[in-house]
Amino acid sequence: MSALLSSPILRRTLLALVLFVVSVFAIDLLSGFRQGQVASIAYLAIAAGGLTVLTGINGQLSLGHGAFMAVGAYTTALLLGRWENMPLLLLLLISIVVTMAVGAAVGVAAARLHGPYIAGATLALAIAVPALAIHFKDTLGGEPGLRVPTRDVPPLADDALFFLTGTDTGTMQWLATVSVACLIVTFLLLRNLSESRVGRRWRAVRDDPVAAQLAGIDLGRSRVLCFVVSTATAGLAGSLMAMITRIAAPSGFNLVLSLTLLMAVVLGGLGTLTGALIGAVLLSLLPTFVTNFGSGMGLSDLQAAELAPLVLGLTTMAVVLLAPAGLVGSLLRWRQQARLSRS
Amino acid sequence: MKRTTIRAAAATSVAALILAGCGAGGRDGDSGDGGGGGDAAAEGDTTGITDTTIKIGDHKPLTGVAAPGYSEISTGAQAYYDWVNEAGGIHGRTIEYNVKDDGYNPTNTSKVVDELVLKDEVFAIVGGLGTPTHSAVVDFLNQEEVPDLMVSSGAQLWGNDPEKRPWTFGWQPDYEIEGKIMGQYIKENMPDAKVGLFLQGDELGADGEKGLRMYIDDQIVESVEYASGNTDVGPQISKLKASGADLVIGFNTPSYTALSQLVSMKLGYDPQWMYTNVGSDVNLVGSLLAKFSDGSVKDGSSALDGMMTTEYIPGLDTPDDPWVKLWQEVWDKHGEGELTNYRIFGMSQAYAFVSALQASGEDLTRERIVEVIEKDGANWPGPGLAPFRWSEESHLGMSGMAMSQTKGEDYENLTEVLVTDLGDAEITEGDTAAAEDAPPENGIPDVAVVE
Repeated sequence: MSALLSSPILRRTLLALVLFVVSVFAIDLLSGFRQGQVASIAYLAIAAGGLTVLTGINGQLSLGHGAFMAVGAYTTALLLGRWENMPLLLLLLISIVVTMAVGAAVGVAAARLHGPYIAGATLALAIAVPALAIHFKDTLGGEPGLRVPTRDVPPLADDALFFLTGTDTGTMQWLATVSVACLIVTFLLLRNLSESRVGRRWRAVRDDPVAAQLAGIDLGRSRVLCFVVSTATAGLAGSLMAMITRIAAPSGFNLVLSLTLLMAVVLGGLGTLTGALIGAVLLSLLPTFVTNFGSGMGLSDLQAAELAPLVLGLTTMAVVLLAPAGLVGSLLRWRQQARLSRS
Repeated sequence: MKRTTIRAAAATSVAALILAGCGAGGRDGDSGDGGGGGDAAAEGDTTGITDTTIKIGDHKPLTGVAAPGYSEISTGAQAYYDWVNEAGGIHGRTIEYNVKDDGYNPTNTSKVVDELVLKDEVFAIVGGLGTPTHSAVVDFLNQEEVPDLMVSSGAQLWGNDPEKRPWTFGWQPDYEIEGKIMGQYIKENMPDAKVGLFLQGDELGADGEKGLRMYIDDQIVESVEYASGNTDVGPQISKLKASGADLVIGFNTPSYTALSQLVSMKLGYDPQWMYTNVGSDVNLVGSLLAKFSDGSVKDGSSALDGMMTTEYIPGLDTPDDPWVKLWQEVWDKHGEGELTNYRIFGMSQAYAFVSALQASGEDLTRERIVEVIEKDGANWPGPGLAPFRWSEESHLGMSGMAMSQTKGEDYENLTEVLVTDLGDAEITEGDTAAAEDAPPENGIPDVAVVE
């Protein structure tokens, strides 16, 4: 038992399992609307988690992760359009693999660039990919996009969840549960990866490429690998997003989505997975909260709607000014300083 | 150290056991699940309704690129609901109207409609705007059996398959019948015109083209498409110019009416223009022209002089129309700023919904309102120039429109109201009653309760 707990990987896996069981119960207690919110926080956090690894740990700034989410989402929409009863796991896996393939192609090109040039190249991607969907409108549905059919909860999963919670599982509850499970698994894998030798190499490449190269690290390979891992999470997030929002349409994957992901990462703290999660929570809940607060204060619907982007912008500015390392990053730093001054 | 770990492990296993114990372990059979729902279904679903209120929801772009113009629609609807509420509401119930901003992004639409249906528990969604945006929620609304009334888009998805989408109803005429009516007018009045098409690359363009080709397939010399979002339409307009087309028909949104005008001015191309109703608001296009040309086109609306289009509700160009007089009165009382055609659109739509509430009577349920619209909706008087096509077989909106032409800031009608339906349904002159009716004195629809 103690051997089990002394290995970090096993300890984290155990923690992940516990978290999953707890979240199954927690999701069951929520209303349908809240379950939807949990689901969208989860997919946003998955993509933000991948981006925080790429940007925070490997030092590559991607402004185009929304485009990779689009690849995942369209793959899912096309597959479900043809085989409506495809097993969920297979569906997610194919979406991830397709996105990884696209990510590898882009990553090979991106690895030759650095700093603002990667940002520029990925920015082009974020603009081009939705346009592709409009251009190939016979297969990809054009402007209105592809509608994603809602699937029934698989009987086996329904029975398993019934065994745990004693209630029947609604579609939204099922999607929220799947999304949270994906989030936990993704974060577990990302965490283990970034603590491993691979992760240390990524950090070395970020901190000093020349020193890393002298130490025998292949810069290009390391960068491409990190890029592909990061796009895999974006593909997974996109696939979940298509199922949760029930549509894959070009206007859903505009530049704002890519920037939202980056904002989640910056708000929470670059390079920390908890930060990515907190950023995703903030970005999902804050606009709704502010809008409802605004209407509650007697603003017209139009004014309340305009209040949300304003508050979001001010929050980001405040975080960047007051806590430049992000919410979690600043907290960690502050704790470290406290410990240092104590010793 | 070792002991504490063992203890922790033991505690965890016990907790797991207890949690598992909380679960039901297995199903007792399915008989119990449907029982509660069955009773409710017999009486009908009254979500969102109390004895004194009806809560409805709507999604519109209030921020973002599509907001100019479109964000005004809900202010018009709100003003009309205020007017109705002030008079005591309908069958003793006042209308609570919640509009949420989706920024014309389907992902957001899906989120805000979730919120309206699952959290705010609205009775119905009324007037949801946009083809890509509403596509994202139409299946969800039908699955949840929420009335999805008067969708603000001319796509056919809302009404052509009531069996698949029994809860959804269209409102405005669809683009295909608009194309047909334009096509017949050209065939009869401009048989020698060489026609060029300027189409948005989605249903708007495709359905419009389908309707046009039924009548003037042999007159069309060129057809170009643009992708919404790409603001360079130079190549398309050059192609039209090169083809020698002397009548260009645009099935596009207002921004692209302005862009196509601007590019044509630069190229010295001056054909007769005809635009879909969706893209032809003279005031909005005029201000967009001034904006896109950085002020060099000052009097934008005069550039549109002589443009042909279609009309299906009376607008600001006919201030003496009894409906427009009513809208003006409503707006003076409950609105802020100027009355615009977008606000009139919102009020006209709200009027149709209030008619449905009137006809449903006191025992309002979600099932009841859908049944009433199917049975009687086609007979309700309203601002629309042509009646609705609502029936058990079709949930499509208005059945016709009139061709018109701009004279300065006003429109002049070229034809009577023409009425038709999808496919090879004939085009006939509409019943003048629908076009010439006037609102009741108090401005609240006077519709008998359907038995």
